Amino acid sequence: MTLITRRAIVTGGALGAGLLLSGCDKLAQQPGFRRILFSGEKINMGLQRALMDRNALAPEFTAEQMSPVFRTNGNANPNTADYNRHVAENFANWRLEVGGLVDRPLRLGLSDIGAFPQRAQITRHDCVEGWSAIGKWQGPMLGNVLKAAGVRTSARYIVFTCADLWSGQPYYESIDMVDAFHPQTILAWAMNDKRVSVGHGAPIRLRVERHLGYKNAKYVMRIDAVASLAGIGLGKGGYWEDHVNYDWYAGI
Amino acid sequence: MDEPTQSADPPQIQERARTATVYRHRLATRIWHWINAVAIFIMIGSGIGILNAHPRLYWGQYGANFDHAWLDLRPYGNILRSGWLTIPAGYNLAISRRWHLLFALVLAFGLLAFMIASLINRHFQRDLRVRAKEVGPRHLWADLRAHLRFDFHNPDDPTAYNTLQKLAYVGAIFVLIPLMIFTGLAMSPGMDAAWPWLIELFGGRQSARSIHFIAASGIVLFVIVHLTLVILAGPINEVWSMITGRWKLPAAVPDPEPTPEPEPAE
Repeated sequence: MTLITRRAIVTGGALGAGLLLSGCDKLAQQPGFRRILFSGEKINMGLQRALMDRNALAPEFTAEQMSPVFRTNGNANPNTADYNRHVAENFANWRLEVGGLVDRPLRLGLSDIGAFPQRAQITRHDCVEGWSAIGKWQGPMLGNVLKAAGVRTSARYIVFTCADLWSGQPYYESIDMVDAFHPQTILAWAMNDKRVSVGHGAPIRLRVERHLGYKNAKYVMRIDAVASLAGIGLGKGGYWEDHVNYDWYAGI
Repeated sequence: MDEPTQSADPPQIQERARTATVYRHRLATRIWHWINAVAIFIMIGSGIGILNAHPRLYWGQYGANFDHAWLDLRPYGNILRSGWLTIPAGYNLAISRRWHLLFALVLAFGLLAFMIASLINRHFQRDLRVRAKEVGPRHLWADLRAHLRFDFHNPDDPTAYNTLQKLAYVGAIFVLIPLMIFTGLAMSPGMDAAWPWLIELFGGRQSARSIHFIAASGIVLFVIVHLTLVILAGPINEVWSMITGRWKLPAAVPDPEPTPEPEPAE
């Protein structure tokens, strides 16, 4: 009788727990289930890529539709000795390094970046938290910079290394070649017709408009073309991806 | 050629049917019901987890801290962040999103499959079609009064859904869940590039987010009413019928007189 009672309790309890939220947390900690849970990212990426043209544009807006205040988020000032020196010099001696799998590594100052054909776009910035702000961004298309550097066909990802340190390591992000050569993917040095402020990522902020805010890396210092994300950071393609399980594909 | 004799069901068969069980829910309905129940449960829990990252709602294309929020849920943060309400129990935006964006696929493709199956097996046409006379104020009033008497079944056709029930199911299947799916897609920056009309339809990403929340509240309300009525209608019979398909007819109400044919109006 005790056996039956106990079995009934265990069975009932297990069934109940399966339905309870705490059961979800236990499931999410099982490596096998976690893989299933995390597979949603690849499915969503596959579906979205299948549904959208490679060059499909994110919506663009008019000047009247811009947010009156574009808030900052994440790190609003890298505040390292090097960065502060560049701010004090108004980035006159700052150079953007473009390297990795390229034939001609580049070191570009702000005037070099301004000499590329420019693209200006008024787009919506969507934070993963849920808020949106509309602003105007201007800069060269990343694709043109990569062509100037002679990016090799073996390159599959572009990695952005930033000036802001998180637990002592530079923030980094990565995108694939589809997004790298998308016409709206620009290295923005101007925001709302002024130089990008420190809060918004001076001197250069990546704009990758079909992705959520955290992919739009601020304070970009280095750009590397790579064949694989393994061995960079913890290998998941970005600071948030490595440390708190954010999706690398942030199109949704 | 001999014509087969046309006649109504013999009375003894009707009599037997009243005390027996009937096959009420088709396999497609039952499979979808349970998959969808799990999906909705996870979507609500993980959705509240995501909402907690920025519990303010706006209308229009943009909306953030300095913009006017039509709904600010921060005063209810303690409730919205309680562990029994969110997936995961502790605040974790990344994991909430993992749950939400995987089960969104279950919700969306599950609904699509159910809709196709229910058109083919004629569940929609037979059981959920709302006829014009049913939505007249007199009929709705009578239906509401019957609900208040806890009288949910038409004794002449006990397996038929009553009008309020049909409207609730039609509202959930054809309005609320599709709204959830499409407003959810409209919030995706990738989908806004793929389907620019989607964001136009809802009047901007923050409007889509607000409608997503309103429709989710509607679904929560549906679930509460649905579960309450299952309990009132006899939870064992109702749940069992959604597992096996077979539903025990309510105890036969003695039919005092055969219903007379309506007199032609003159």
